[in-house]
Parts: sequence; C-alpha cells; structure tokens
Amino acid sequence: MRSVAAAPPITPAAPPAHTEEHRTSTGLNNRKVLMWTFLGSDCMFFGALIASYIVYRGKWQQTPTPNELFDIPYTSVSAFALLMSSLAMVLALAAIQRGDLKRLKIWLLTTAGLGLIFIGGQIYEFTGFGAEGMNLSTGTGGTTFFVLTGFHGTHVSLGIIWLLSLYTLARRGALHQGRSLDVEIAGLYWHFVDIVWIIIFTVVYLLPV
Amino acid sequence: MRLVRGPAHAIAGPNPWSPEALVQCTGRSMTPRRRALVRNAALTLVLVLLATGCNALADPRAPQSTVFPKSDWAALIYDLYNKVFIMAVLVFVGVEGALLLFIIRYRRTDENRLPSQTHGNTRLEILWTILPALVLFVIAIPSIQVIFASEEVPPNVSAMYVRVIGHQWWWEFQYPELGISTANELHVPAGQTVRFDLQSADVIHSFWFPFMGGKVDVVPMRVNHMWYTPDASAASASPYLSQCVEFCGTEHAMMRNRLFVDTPEQFNAWAALQRQDAQVPQGDDVQRGAGLLLGGQCRNCHTIKGTTAIGVIGPNLTHVGSRSTIVSGTLDTNVDNLAKWIHDPQSVKPGAKMPTLGFSEADARSMAVYLMTLK
Amino acid sequence: MATIAVPSPIAERRVLRPIAPTGVWSWITTIDHKRIGVLYGTTAFIFFLIGGLEALLMRTQLIRPNNTLLGPDQFNGLFTMHGTTMIFLVVMPLSAAFFNYVVPLQIGARDVAFPRLNAFSYWTFLSGAILLNLGFVAQTVPDNGWFSYANITERAFSPSAGQDFWVVGLQVLGVASLAAALNFLVTIVQLRAPGMSLMRMPLFTWTTFITSILIVLAFPVIAIALFELMFDRLFGTNFFNTIGGGDPILWQHLFWTFGHPEVYILILPAMGIVSEILPVFSRKPLFGYPFMVYAVAGIAFLSFTVWAHHMFTTGLGAIATSFFAASTMLIAVPTGVKIFNWISTIHGGSLKLTTPALMSIGFVSMFTIGGLSGVMHASPPIDTQHQDTYFVVAHFHYVLFGGAIFGLFGGIYYWWPKITGRLLDDGIGKLQFWLMMIGFNLTFGPMHFLGIDGMPRRIYTYPANMGWDMWNLVASIGAYTLGLAILVMIFNIAKTFINGERAGADPWDGMTLEWTIPSPPPAYNFAVIPEVHSRDPFWLQKHPELASHELTESTGEITIGAQHVGDLGIPAVHAGQDGGHEAHGDVHVHMPDPSYWPPIAGLGFFIAGLGVLIASATTYAALGLTGIGLLTVLVAIYGWSLEPVNG
Repeated sequence: MRSVAAAPPITPAAPPAHTEEHRTSTGLNNRKVLMWTFLGSDCMFFGALIASYIVYRGKWQQTPTPNELFDIPYTSVSAFALLMSSLAMVLALAAIQRGDLKRLKIWLLTTAGLGLIFIGGQIYEFTGFGAEGMNLSTGTGGTTFFVLTGFHGTHVSLGIIWLLSLYTLARRGALHQGRSLDVEIAGLYWHFVDIVWIIIFTVVYLLPV
Repeated sequence: MRLVRGPAHAIAGPNPWSPEALVQCTGRSMTPRRRALVRNAALTLVLVLLATGCNALADPRAPQSTVFPKSDWAALIYDLYNKVFIMAVLVFVGVEGALLLFIIRYRRTDENRLPSQTHGNTRLEILWTILPALVLFVIAIPSIQVIFASEEVPPNVSAMYVRVIGHQWWWEFQYPELGISTANELHVPAGQTVRFDLQSADVIHSFWFPFMGGKVDVVPMRVNHMWYTPDASAASASPYLSQCVEFCGTEHAMMRNRLFVDTPEQFNAWAALQRQDAQVPQGDDVQRGAGLLLGGQCRNCHTIKGTTAIGVIGPNLTHVGSRSTIVSGTLDTNVDNLAKWIHDPQSVKPGAKMPTLGFSEADARSMAVYLMTLK
Repeated sequence: MATIAVPSPIAERRVLRPIAPTGVWSWITTIDHKRIGVLYGTTAFIFFLIGGLEALLMRTQLIRPNNTLLGPDQFNGLFTMHGTTMIFLVVMPLSAAFFNYVVPLQIGARDVAFPRLNAFSYWTFLSGAILLNLGFVAQTVPDNGWFSYANITERAFSPSAGQDFWVVGLQVLGVASLAAALNFLVTIVQLRAPGMSLMRMPLFTWTTFITSILIVLAFPVIAIALFELMFDRLFGTNFFNTIGGGDPILWQHLFWTFGHPEVYILILPAMGIVSEILPVFSRKPLFGYPFMVYAVAGIAFLSFTVWAHHMFTTGLGAIATSFFAASTMLIAVPTGVKIFNWISTIHGGSLKLTTPALMSIGFVSMFTIGGLSGVMHASPPIDTQHQDTYFVVAHFHYVLFGGAIFGLFGGIYYWWPKITGRLLDDGIGKLQFWLMMIGFNLTFGPMHFLGIDGMPRRIYTYPANMGWDMWNLVASIGAYTLGLAILVMIFNIAKTFINGERAGADPWDGMTLEWTIPSPPPAYNFAVIPEVHSRDPFWLQKHPELASHELTESTGEITIGAQHVGDLGIPAVHAGQDGGHEAHGDVHVHMPDPSYWPPIAGLGFFIAGLGVLIASATTYAALGLTGIGLLTVLVAIYGWSLEPVNG
C-alpha cells in the first residue's frame, strides 16, 4: 500500500472537442463501450433462440419440414446482399472519418438499401413458406424457424431505421467528421447483425438434418 | 456402502425411537473410527441440538418421512444423506463456532485502539480453498456412485413393470403384464423389484414415495423411469403415503396416493381380484345406483370393466370399493364420502375435473352404494 | 438537493426541459443517480411489504391442517406473486438502489455513465412492476409459480389472463434490468476516479460489476423464454406446447440457465455490502481482498454451469446428472472462501456491534446454513428426496432472506446516514435485528424438518396426522414475528425522519470514498474528483501511519488519537464537515438537466404491455396499442438522444 499523498486536486479537464466526451478510465468512449456490452448481451438473445431451434431440429412432426422448403440459392443471394452491406458500412465509416460527407451519404444509403433487399427477400420467402403450408403455428419447425429468423429480421429492420436516420442527419448537415463515432457505433451493430446471420444461415439452412 | 442393488436384500427398518436409530440419525454410523472422529469433533451443544432436531426429523407419525428407508434405493440415499449431513454439521459447528468466538473475543472495548491491519494470508486462503474442495470431492464420489447404481435395473434382476400416468389431479397405475388398471393406490409385493414407467396425460407431475426413495418427474412427451425393491419387511408398515410433488395446477395439494407393500400372497390375491370384471349389481338399491351411474354421463369418463362404462378420462372404478380411499387419496372410501363426492365434487375438491352432474343427494347415495359393492 | 447547472443551451433547440428543483416533477424527471437510487429503494420497500403480506397470508392458511381460509387458486396466486415479487421487485431493485446510490460515490464519479438511461431503467421497472401486479386488480392473479414451468402455462391449461400478467410484467422488468446493468457496467469500466484500478475498487463495486455482467448475460435467456411463451399463448406457436410437438423441458433449461445466475444476481450485492460493513466495524481491511474478488468472479462463471441441478428429477440421465452435481459442488468452494474471509476479517479486529454489523453477522451465519443445505442437495440422490419439499423452501430462504435480506438491511442501516444525513436509531435497529433473527429461524428452521418429513411445496392445505402440524404452527408464529420486526423498522424510519440524530460525513469511520463527501451528498457528489492511491483510500488517508506498512500480516498494535476522523480530510472536499451539502460558492460543475423522456419511455413500455394483455384476453386488434407503446419508447429514445448531452 502506498500512502495517500496529499494529491493536488484535479481540476476538471478542459472541455474536449465534443461536449459528451468525458475523461474515462479506459480512454474509450462510453457509448462505444455500451454498444459492445449490449452486443455481448444480444449474443445471448440469439443464443437462446438458436438453441431453441437446435433442440427441435430434425424432430419436427410436420410436413413440410423447414428443410424441405428451403431454396438455398435464393436465400444465398439475399445473404450475399446483407454481407455486401457490411462492406458498404465500412466504406461509409471510412468516408466520414476522412470528412467525405458526400460519399458518406451514398454508402449509408447503399447499406440501408442492401438491408432492405435482405428484408424484402425475407418477406417474400416467408410468404412463400406460408403458401406451401408452413406458418408460425405449424409444428415446432414453423415455430422455431419463423421466430428465430423473424427476430433477426427485426434487428435488420431496426438497423435500417438507424441508418436512414443517420442519413437524414447527414443530409441536414448535422453529421460531420467530428461525429464519426455515431457512424462507427451504428456500424458495430450492423456488422454484428450480419455475423449473426452467417451463423443462422449455416445452422438453419446449410447444415443437413 | 452397498452399491449393488438387487431384490434379495431386505433391510430391516430401524425402530425410530431406538438409541441406534437416534445415533444413526446423527450421521454416526457404527465404525469405531468414525465414532471417535465424531466424538472428538462435535461439541456437546451440537449433540443436544441434533438430538432434539432428529427427534423431530425421525417422527414416526410422519407417514411421508424421508429418513426411514424401506427399499434398497431409499437406503442408498439415506446412507449418503447421513454422510453429507455429518459433514455439514461439522462445517456448521466449525464456522458458526469460529464466528461466535471471534465476535465475543474481538468486541470493541477500546474506542481508540486500532487493531492490527491484516490484509490477508495467502497460504491460509489457499488452504481453505483446497480443503472444502477435498470435502466436496469426498461427497461427490459416493453421490455419483449412487446415481449410476440407481440408473437402470441390473440385467440379472427380473422386475415387475408398472406404468404410472399422472393426471390433473390423480394417479393412474397400470400393470400391463397383469392386465390391471387402477388408480391412486399402488400395490407391490415386498422384496420384488419394480420398474416404473412414468408418463403424463397433461402437465408435469412428480412421482414419489419417500420411504421407497427419491422422486422422478412425470413429464408429458417423455417416459421417465424409476425402480426399486421394497424391503421384505416393508409390508408390515404398509400403506405408505405420498402425493404429487411438482406443482401441477389448482388441486396439486390433493393429488395424493398410497403404496401398499403386500406380502407375495396378499399381492397375488389382490391381483387376481383386480383382473376380474366388476361385480354384477344385486339388490334394488344397488341396481338403482348402477342404473343411474351407467345410464348417465359417468361412463364417458370412467371404466367399469364388464359394463358399458368405458371412459378413460377419470379413474377406473371397476374395483373402487376395494380401495381404502377415494378422490385421489383424500377421503376414506365409504358411502357417505362417495355420495358427497358424486353430489357436489367441487365442494370436496374445488377445481377438480369431475363436473357437478346434478345428481340429487338420494341418487348420489344410491350410486355410492353401488360403487361400494365394486370390491 | 440543489442541482448545480448553468443555464443550458436548450432554448436554441426548442426542446422543453424540466427545471423544477424540488417537488414531484423534480423526482419524476430526475436523472440524478442518487435520487433514482432513492426511488428504487422506496419502491422496493413498498413491494417488500406487499410480498411480506402475501407470505403472512400463506402462513396463516398453513397454520393448521385442513384450513379453509384460502382456496387453492388464491393460495397458488399468493405463492406465485410472493416469489416473483420478492425476487424481481424487492431484492433486485433494493440492490439496484445501492448500485445507484453508492457505486458512483465509491468510484469517485459524478453520476453514472448514462443518467437518462438510468432514469429510463427505473421507470421501466416501475411499469413492469405495476403490470405484474395488475393481476390483482383484474382478479386473475398469475398462479403457476415464479418458475412457471411449461406446459401448465400454455393456454390449454391456464386459459385465464393471470399467466399473461406474469409474462408481460417480467418482460418489461427484464428490459429495465438489462438497461440498468449495461449502464453500471459502463459506469464501472469507464468512470473510475484517477488511480482507482480494478483491484482498488471497493468490494461492493466489484459485486455490482459482476452482478451486472450476470444480468447482461442471463437476462436475455429469460427474455427469450418469456418471448416464446408469449408467442405460444398469443399466436399458438409450439415452443412448449406438447400438442404441437413442443417439449416442456426446454422451458426448464432456458429458465434455469437464467435462474441460477439469477440466484447470484440476488446474493452477490448483499455479499458486497457485507464486505463493506465488516471491515469498517472491525476497523481493519477486508481479509484477503484479492481472493474475495476472484471468488466473486469464480462464482459468477460457475453459475452458468450449474443450471440443471434444479432438474435432477426430470430424467437427465446419469452422465448429465453427475456433471451438474460436480459443477454445483465446485461452486461451494469460492462461496466457502468468502465465508472464511469474512470471519477472518472479524478475527483480530475491534468489532463494534452496531446494527449494520449485526445484520452482516446475521448474513454470514444464516447464509452458511443455507449454503450447507445447498451442498446437501447438490448431491443428486439426496436431492431426489429434498426436491420440491419444504427442505428446499428452507434452504433458499436461508440464502435469500438470511442472506440477501439481512445483507441489504445491513446496507440500509449502513448507508442511511449518507443518504438522508440522519442516523437510524441503533437501539431500535438492534431490537429489529433480534426480532428478525428469532422470527427468521422460527419460520424457516422448522421447514427443514417439514421437508424431511415429506411435506411438498406449493400445497394450499395438508391433512392432519402427517406429523406436520406443530412445525407449521411454529413457522407461522415465526412469520408473525418477522412481520413485527418489519413494523419496528418502519417505526425506526419514521422516528428518524422526525428526530433522527444528525450524521456527519463519516459517521462510521468509513474506509471508502463515499464517506469523504457530505451527508447527503451534493448533486455533483465530488466538488473535485479525488485521486486514489490505494484500496480503502479514505481509511489510509485518515491513518497515514498505516500506509508505510506492507500488505502482510501482523503490523502490530497501533493506538491512535481520538481525533483521527476528519482531520485529514481530502483537502478540497472538506470531509467530516457536517451538513456541507450547500454548494461551494466556487464550484460550478456541469450536471445534466432533468429530462421528461425517460418516464415517457417507461410509460411507453407500460402501454405496450397493456396492449399484449388486452390482445391475449380479447382481440389481436389490441396489439395496435402495443405498437403505440413501442413507438412511444422509440420517440422517447430519439428525444433524449437529441437532447443536448451535458447541459
């Protein structure tokens, strides 16, 4: 134990560039840490849902089973769109970090647009499954499939709303180089949702029963 | 400890008031080594506490007691329980004793004294990390042995097979090999290994006879198992009481059941009777009751073998008069109780699935008289 | 408490900001962690009284065999609400009250990382609590137990709306807990005063930190389980519906994957409180601080590996059963370390038996009993005899009442002077402690015997001649004694408000930073953020002579003068100065303004929950209401993210 020297009182640090930036113990931004922590928590949300899916996987007492309905090439295309949106997100962040607001707006819109393609594909897919006789209350297969993929789709949709509001802010000129963190945090969320889809796509669609 | 369970061993039930039983209840088994250990470790205070505590535990008037094993499985659990209990008591005495001692010894007397600023003692702390781990290891090994010993019936043992079906709120017992179906009162021969298949007709229940061993849940969509061999001497203290032990809805509290451990002769006689069709009603009043019962809605839910009643929703009534209780072990079987139950089930067991069918008290009484003849 | 705030540049934004410094509106719109802490604490105490009354009703029903005071459904509703209330509306928010009030003070912060999110947590918590208890108003109380095992919770077996109140209420409560836990994690990671490294954090801050991690990882699992159950009941999905192929055991796995960490979520904060109190009243540092920290972390980690010990009787198979038995026994090791270290903290100390100290000792002694009975049914064969009997009821009340409640009440007595500036009466406190101790053991001690004698849990009545009559009578008398103890506490609180003894900044000769500032603290907590150079910084500042001693044992006896308190206060803070909550003339700390948005978001969740409830009882059209509620939440979050952040 070292002694408590009569330490010189620390005066509050000079206001940094942005008003919300406080001195933090780790030097990281609070909101960024919050997002990382939230994503850790979100892993458990998806984990519980994926576990529910796996528990019943292959034990479906229903026809058609989810695997009989899947159109892998079709879903692969929409999954590809979602993956590409992550690339666009990276470019959007890069754009705001170097102060290129024009490209920021383009890439934000591209990201949201690719997300919309994914959601559109999901709605079309769900409708098709419904027509072929699998819906929310069809056996355990329909139940676990729709709730899991729907939960993910809700995440994507919220992400799209978030991206579009960033786009609106950018258009109004409220988003500038100094606020690249806003885009970075949205990007963290967006990449996470993408990665989760890779897992869901593998577990639900690709792995043979 | 005996880990191989089989049908042949009969463990004499201890007399709960005998000095042996009390000593055993404190967890002290008979080896001199352990007795010495206990004597050294336990304080007088604790023995007094335990003696009073165990008197209460070992209440022979408690017909659902968990500490009077009457089967091989229950005996294994009880042995283990005693081992763990004595360790728990030793730790309890040590920890609470030290706490009490330090509170008294280190009370503040001098407001100005600043005690020695001990921050810790790594060696000591490592010691009391490892020591409990060892104690727990000593508990874990026999626990796991008992788990495996009670998992499946040994292949060289021939077991009687009983199917248990939990319903809201009563028990159905089927003996497929004997062609018997009965409710709420289970009969098994002493010394005979019995294997139970546990199924549910609706929600989760739990099947348990504390004198015979632990409980196993009765889960819909699954078939769980349990098995044990009632002691040869278990017939003398029969019947053993129990009830559903997993919350299963409104009348969970009144989902009781009974176990009759019979001598082989008694069991054979009982089984022979249960296989028969129901008694043919004789006498005016009985026939009147039978007419009401078989002519009304009762037959939609109940079976009376040899009649038109073939329902499977409620208990099988073919030999209801031979059972000691009705309404899932909550009332003695007699005309009054049966009549009351038929007349107004909801006043006897609020929420019960048996509907009030509007029989007058007189009609209900006639039906009760008929049911009493179904021995 | 005056909010020190320079006029904020709000006008230019044209966003209305509440400005009232006092009165009801100031409490509704507050984002001050201390006020939110007080709100949490008050709400939790009110629910403690409600949950306690529920318990007293049950004990009255069980006072003699074949009692008909309560019907089966009433009794089932009471034990469901008692368990749910005590866990989610009492122990968790009471812990959250201390997280809120104490943690920022202990780490030398001006507030939590996200003050609006913090207010949002409270209001959402209140919404969930009200939704859960609305069942009493609607006269369909949830009645399938706090665990609500599937498949009895399906609409086929529980057609009434009671179960929906439980599902909806708990989901909203989960949102509140998650938001709060995320906030505390960020606060503790980010806002520690300079020099306060992780291993210098007070142990209560550590347990808050670990508890928050547990909440962040465990609550999503129950949220999904509840979500699935809600879908089953609302839209006819088949997660747990056996008719559609669902497996009710899935619910148990999900529930206990949450439920066992939840047990530690309930007990760790109390452990932290005890770890604060015992050193202060023994006048020596916590014994084995690093081991205590490792033990808390170890318990948290292991708590995710033991869930199936609640399911030993469900037919898991010998291998899984053995694994979970072993992991369960393993968790007793770090728990044991904690108990030994608390006792060693008393060893060699100078123990003053004030009420907080007594409560803490009550915790250690009673928690030990609960721990030992826990080890007994960690052994699966023994558990098959104890499971779902009163033995288990005894066990977890020794852990959660003998443990958590004693610890939290210790916390109330300990931090009350910091919060209110007045001391709770110590004499009355001791009376309360002894009444509690006697009442508690009378109530729950005999339940061990009832369990051994085979009395199942959750039965609304029992026949005579089961050998249960006497112990049930004793337990009921004990419960009334506990009720009396709580009345004494209420009296003490009331008396304190009228003529409580004024407390200085440091009434207990404390060790941690919260005692360096006035009682009650000013809105900005620390006029100057302190710099920390050690564990127990205030203690070492008051006893600089100790600082030269190394961490090892046996530094010898040091007698100190009577005037050790306060005369070495941290210069800029004027520690030990009474009633110093007036703002220093020269202090101008920017504190965030109050905000309307958090309570609006909380209200949004209430509306959303109401929508689900109505939809479940009548028509899907009511889901429109849910939409409106969720939209309200979204708008509120937008609203506060557009509010100027620090002014």
